[in-house]
This record gives sequence, structure tokens and C-alpha cells, in this order.
Amino acid sequence: MSTAGYPLPLPQEDAVTAPWWAATRDRRLVVQHCTSCGTSQHYPRPICTTCHGHDLGFAAATGRATVHSVTVVHRAPHPDLATPYVIALVDLQEGPRLLTRLVWANADPAAAWPAWPDPATLIDRPVDLDWWPLPDGRALPVFRPV
Amino acid sequence: MTSLRDVAIVGVAESDLGVTDSSILQLQTQGITRALADAGLSLADVDGLATNGVSRFSATQVAEYLGVRPRWTDSTFAGGASSEIFLGHAVPAIAQGLADVVVISYGSNQRSAASRSLAGVVEGHVPDAQFDAPYGPLQPISAYALAAARHQHVHGSTSAQLAEIAVAARAWALLNPIAYRHDDGPLTVEQVLASPVLSSPLRRLDCCLVTDGGGAVVVTSLDRARDLPQLPIRVLGHAEATTHQSIAQMPDLLVTGAADTGRRALGMAGVGLADVDVVQVYDSFTITVLLTLESLGFCAPGEGGSFVEGGRIAPGGALPLNTSGGGLSYGHPGMFGIFLLIEAVRQLRDQAGARQVTGAEVALCHGTGGILSTHATTVLGVDR
Repeated sequence: MSTAGYPLPLPQEDAVTAPWWAATRDRRLVVQHCTSCGTSQHYPRPICTTCHGHDLGFAAATGRATVHSVTVVHRAPHPDLATPYVIALVDLQEGPRLLTRLVWANADPAAAWPAWPDPATLIDRPVDLDWWPLPDGRALPVFRPV
Repeated sequence: MTSLRDVAIVGVAESDLGVTDSSILQLQTQGITRALADAGLSLADVDGLATNGVSRFSATQVAEYLGVRPRWTDSTFAGGASSEIFLGHAVPAIAQGLADVVVISYGSNQRSAASRSLAGVVEGHVPDAQFDAPYGPLQPISAYALAAARHQHVHGSTSAQLAEIAVAARAWALLNPIAYRHDDGPLTVEQVLASPVLSSPLRRLDCCLVTDGGGAVVVTSLDRARDLPQLPIRVLGHAEATTHQSIAQMPDLLVTGAADTGRRALGMAGVGLADVDVVQVYDSFTITVLLTLESLGFCAPGEGGSFVEGGRIAPGGALPLNTSGGGLSYGHPGMFGIFLLIEAVRQLRDQAGARQVTGAEVALCHGTGGILSTHATTVLGVDR
């Protein structure tokens, strides 16, 4: 996998989100899990937004997800981002919804989306986890059509 | 103590609009002094001030700048719903005697200052900065585009139907001499569809303008309003709702907080949608209007696309909507909520010139802030 340049500001983790980011160094996607009510949530917080419990841990996600919606960005906010690219909302099998990118086939995660297929045809379709490396060893979870 | 129903809007005005080369505080000053002049009042009468978007201490800053020492302030930051929320907060404050004359104001020089970025404003310490911004979404365009794409997938609505909303807005702007696009001629669905895609399915002409501008609304008790020069416009109903911050956390991409606020505000007003003569809804993007109309109940969920076809929301249509030309064609200095109120008041006062909706007595305004995050519905009516 390429470690092509990443031009945007690096995400600043905090004490609550540090374990989530640490897992990305091992290319593991985890979701926060409430031991009181069993709900999974993303992003990590110090409280369960379902039952308001404080006993939360992290559990491995399967990496299987379903596309909820997509948008193809043609005008990037940074000149070093290759366009067009696909921003998506995906629903993890565990429940939480993530904002992410869709990446085509075996393409570099930083590469432009190809002329075909139209990503809108992927809504409600399954996708699998992959990773877009950050320069500091962490990585952003991205998803590829199954 | 007066009741909530006994509060009225007595003055409205815009600052200079378009490309002004003015500072935010200059625009604030223009809007406030012009609205007070419209009301037959002066800064000496003002004891309440609600504004934001100036600085961290927005109301404090504007008060000092104008030499006012208010006994009531509000700087709630709810994006494009802010002005409707300010009004909703000012009404009980006046009714309970916490303030007598409240000015709600806004000003932005975002066009002259080129202060708008495609990536939006990302504050490094909030969750968006860790979990959304790293992927490079355009904010807020991509968030609204995700809702639009989902609507098209689920309901089969089309980009041509979205374009109808921009076409109608332009037709209204052609009737409004101060609209930014007043002299630009009519817009066609084909022209909208031919404009470049920014974040699919939203094209450039699905997006509001980026201009300077500002305005103010003056509110006081109905008793006092009846001694002032303008026809008092009563605040009949108000409701607000906050549902999420990031688009990934929105409970349902296709149902906004308007479904909640519309019902509550109309209930407080004691009127139904059929009683509403003129509608002003935030049109940050064409999809914002479509989702808001559905959520308010003007049409069934999923039917917003066909609802806006055939000129229904254009001049002469059955539902006069965004009669100033809206953020799409009148102007958009960032947080449009103040302009929804200004235009509604002009319509209810019968001062809207060529775009006047004949006999308008009840107006509904709906402000939307953030990325479909904050909502406020305001129902206004003439004092009878």
C-alpha cells in the first residue's frame, strides 16, 4: 500500500480518542462499546449516548459496512488532494455510522476515483475496510466496494 | 406582565449588501440604525441586544461599538437558525419585562474579506476535526450533498427537481431591486444542470451565493408597538430544535428538525399550514429547501421533488417561497436567518413592491444552521 503524501492537517487525538487512534497503527478498526447497555458508538466519548453509562471499552469491528450515502467531490479544499474523490457515510455492521472515503478496487487510497462506476450506485451496497496511511503511522479507515 | 403573544416586530432593515468593502461592525451599525429608524426608535431606546458572528464576545462587542449598555443579551451560536432563535428568546424576555426594546442583528463581510473556505471552519479540538475533516469533505456542501444523494436514491428525486428551486429563487430576485441577481435575468433548469458539480449531486448553482451583508430586526411589546409608525407584526409561534453537529450523527438524513419545530410553532400560533400565506425557509442549498418543505409537512416525505416542479414556489405559484430571492439569488452573507425575518415582515406589512404576495397575513420562517443541525420555526402575523 502506498504512503502517498497526506496534505491535510493531522488529526489531534485526545485522552478519550487515543486508544482508537492507537489501534489504527496496527490497522485495527475498533468501536467504543458500552458494557452497561451493549450499544456501540462512534466517535469515542467518555459517556454512552444511549444509556449515559460511563463504563465503556473498545471492541474490534468486523470491517464490514453498508454505504448509506455518497458524494463525489470535484473541487478539493486542498490543491494536493487528487479529484474527484468519494466522501461517504457508511454503517458499520456493529451499528455506528462513519464519515469516510470510498476507494476503488486496488487503487491507492489517495488516488482519484475512476470515471466508472458512479459511486451513487453503491448506496445500500456492502463495503470492506481498508486503510489510508497517515505520515505519523496512524491511518484513516476507508472502505472499498465488495 | 404581557403574554408571549403580545410582542411584535416593529422595525426591519438591511445593511449594504453585495460586495461592500465594509467591516463587520460597519455593516452591523448600518443594519441596526436603519432598522431602528424604520421602527421610529433610536439607540437610546435599546436595552436588549442579540447577535453573533462578530467575535467571541459578539453582543458585548456590538454593544460597546454602539455605546449601548444592554440589560439583556443573547449570542447563541446556531448558524442560520440564530436569528429565529434570538427572536424566540427575545419574545419571553420582553413579555417578562427583562427587556423593553430588543435589537437582533447580523453582519458579514465574507465576500469582501474572502473569508470563506471550501473546507469550512475546522476547530482542531472538536470531534469533526478528528473524524470528518481528515477525509477532505467540503463543509458544509458535502454534508448537504450526502443528504441529497440519499434522497435521490431512496425517493428517486432528481437534480432537475433541485434545480427548480434555484430557478424559482431567481424569478423572485428579478422582482426585488436589491437582490444580488436582480439584473442577471432568468435562470433555467438547463443552466443549473450545466453548472459545475462541486460535491455531487450539488452543482454550483444549487449553492447559495457568497456575499456581504447584514440586517437587523427590532422587537418590543405590542403595547408600545401600537404607538410606533409601522404595522406591528406579531410573533405568533416559535420552536427550536438541535439534533446533531456532524452529518454522521444526524438521526435521519431525510428528516430534519423542522418536522419537530414546524409542528410545535404552528401549534403555539394556533394556525395550520393551510393558513400560511408566505414562506421563508433557509436555502443554503437547493436540497435544504426540499428537505425543509417535506419536514414542515407542506408535502409528504419523498415528494419534495415533484412538489417544487411546475413553478409552485415561483412568483404566481401556489406557495410563495423565499420571495426576496433567497440565499440562492438575493444574497448570502453567511447566516441567512435575519433575512428570512426581514422579508416576512415586509410581506406582512404589504411593503414588498413587485413581489408582494397579495393579502399576506401569516408568514412562516424556518432557519437552518450548521449541517442541518439547528432548526427554528417562527410564525408571524399581522396585528389585527
